[in-house]
Amino acid sequence: MMKTTPTQIDNRTYSPLGQIVLSRLREFYREPEALFWVYGFPILLVVGLGIAFRNQPVEQITVDVQAHSAAADVVEALSARPRFVAAVYSPQQTRLRLRTGKSDVVVSVSEDSPPGYEYTYDPSRPSSVLARNAVDDVLQRAAGREDVVAVSEKEFSEPGGRYIDFLVPGLLGMSLMGGGLWGVGFVTVDMRIRKLLKRFLATPMRKSDFLAGIMLSRMMFMVPEVLVLVVFARLAFDVRIFGSVATVVLLVLIGAVTFSGLGLLVAARPRTLEAVSGLMNLVMLPMWLLSGIFFSSDRFPEVAQPLIKILPLTALIDALRAVMQDGASLASQWSPILIMAAWSVASFYLALRFFRWT
Amino acid sequence: MLDPSPLAIRCANLTKRYDGRPPVDAVRGLDLEVAQGECFGLLGPNGAGKTTTIEILEGLMPATSGTVEVLGLSWGQADNEIRQRIGISLQETRLSEKLTVLETLTLFRSFYAKGYAPQDVLAKVSLEEKANALVGKLSGGQKQRLAVASALVGDPELLFLDEPTTGLDPQSRRQLWEIIREIRSAGRTVLLTTHYMDEAERLCDRVAIVDQGKVIALGTPHELILTLGGEHVVEFSLECDDDGRMPSRGELAELPAVSAVDFENSHIRLSVTEPHVVLPALLDCLGSRQCPLRSLTTRHASLEDVFVKLAGRHLDDEEPTT
Ligand SMILES: Nc1ncnc2c1ncn2[C@@H]1O[C@H](COP(=O)(O)OP(=O)(O)OP(=O)(O)O)[C@@H](O)[C@H]1O
Ligand SMILES: [Mg+2]
Repeated sequence: MMKTTPTQIDNRTYSPLGQIVLSRLREFYREPEALFWVYGFPILLVVGLGIAFRNQPVEQITVDVQAHSAAADVVEALSARPRFVAAVYSPQQTRLRLRTGKSDVVVSVSEDSPPGYEYTYDPSRPSSVLARNAVDDVLQRAAGREDVVAVSEKEFSEPGGRYIDFLVPGLLGMSLMGGGLWGVGFVTVDMRIRKLLKRFLATPMRKSDFLAGIMLSRMMFMVPEVLVLVVFARLAFDVRIFGSVATVVLLVLIGAVTFSGLGLLVAARPRTLEAVSGLMNLVMLPMWLLSGIFFSSDRFPEVAQPLIKILPLTALIDALRAVMQDGASLASQWSPILIMAAWSVASFYLALRFFRWT
Repeated sequence: MLDPSPLAIRCANLTKRYDGRPPVDAVRGLDLEVAQGECFGLLGPNGAGKTTTIEILEGLMPATSGTVEVLGLSWGQADNEIRQRIGISLQETRLSEKLTVLETLTLFRSFYAKGYAPQDVLAKVSLEEKANALVGKLSGGQKQRLAVASALVGDPELLFLDEPTTGLDPQSRRQLWEIIREIRSAGRTVLLTTHYMDEAERLCDRVAIVDQGKVIALGTPHELILTLGGEHVVEFSLECDDDGRMPSRGELAELPAVSAVDFENSHIRLSVTEPHVVLPALLDCLGSRQCPLRSLTTRHASLEDVFVKLAGRHLDDEEPTT
């Protein structure tokens, strides 16, 4: 082994890009709080929303039957169907229970002959209206009504078509946007505040190495972030990818590049964390609202659609949904990809042009 | 090389105005020539323009006017070459706290085409045993030594150190002085700024005293002190402050070996060449006037005295509002 003395020149070359990426990765995984926000938060979100919007079993309809000699027959007819929970109550009780939402509809048997039914329900409550019609249907058939046309029903809850399947690509897009903007923007401005950017500027470091290093490390943080979300959604909710996994990976990469580029642009000039946070929210807010994370952006008025469609998050989420839910091919997604590419190129160009090192 | 320029730094008529309301003229016509291999100090009070000057020389901000040459090269023409050959420590940089000392130095080393192995630089600044400590866990002195190490890692010919010892305890300061002396004796040029006159005096071959954006004195510390007219200072105060028994300025100047007399409040300061000659004469004079001493000290003259003489205030006084 050769012994080195302190004055010996070391002619090894170290890769500046590699060192910058390595430094960023080390700083990142040595910060436990950051790890939680980046990896724990998306999972919490999926769990929370997954539970809120899970496919619930068919709603029970609670029917109160006013006390009457024929009341038992009504209860029997209804109870034959698993959907209905029917019981007999006194008139005062039925009124109170309907008013407080404990029952959906009240059936009273009229004194006419042949006996008729009177339904008391709350027209402003959808479940009450639904109950009235369902009860009517059952009682009419019990009285001998024949259906004119035969119908059959099929419940729509296959994997790929549920709300959770719609939600996961949206959350993926949202997390790529947040991660890119915060991950790149915040870190960069923080380095500016600490005069670390100035210190780097004072070395022969190539500026492109620095910017590429920041971006590349961001890409690397994103891999586990996306994996965690996708794998969790698969295991917990059976959310599947119907299109090609490679296409999804490519879309995720393009999205990550786009939002890191935006992050760099947002961070190009601010000298305080407040300023960069404000800018970041300004950039993200319209996309949170309009890009269809939680519901389809098609619901916004027609006139706003061209504007909404060119937002990078809309492009990313639309493409992800097409591939993940409907199994669309990469080629069919050229237009959102083009939109994202345009955003990336523009933000890199502007960020490089206006970047402030001091 | 055909042009063995002996100057590491040359700048002429340098000015810098910070735009703003009101605009600040931080540097107002500053000339500087630093020879290769010397340790040169910019000494001045807060706000004198030291950082502004050094950052212009480092190519980190443009001058408003004036010419700058570093290692015979100009900014804007040979930036990468200059950067490969200089090392810098800024007045305030917060290096990444979550990286270790060695990781930090390896990162900086990677930017240079040639230089020292990161471990070897650690040895130079006596931080070997902290190689794997996180930067956030270092003491102030250790952080400062790491900052100097990060400036050294590219084996620079010219080193810029902006207030390398400000805020450190005396022992850490001495440790840094030792490091800087070693750099210099290895033939490197060092330009440092400080507002500690003792630091400039002990460490620097030559010193420029800067005040309000201008060089007000330039030379070796010894030369500057000699301009006071004597290397010693006798300071005293009297019981007979303000009555007629007080000796006059002229009378004191007449005493043997006295070259200058300064009154500052109730203190009287004599610049003297030979204290053992002046003291008996001073005591005789006071005795004959029946004016007893309240206090008396003698000491070596310092750069502080030079600054006081030229600027009319102390180094740590606030800048006069203009
Ligand atoms: N970015 C800036 N914008 C406006 N004024 C500035 C800026 N930087 C420095 N100044 C002003 O320029 C003058 C010189 O500042 P400079 O930092 O060069 O002084 P310095 O000698 O390094 O002082 P110190 O010993 O406190 O570090 C000061 O009056 C300061 O307020
Ligand atoms: Mg300064």
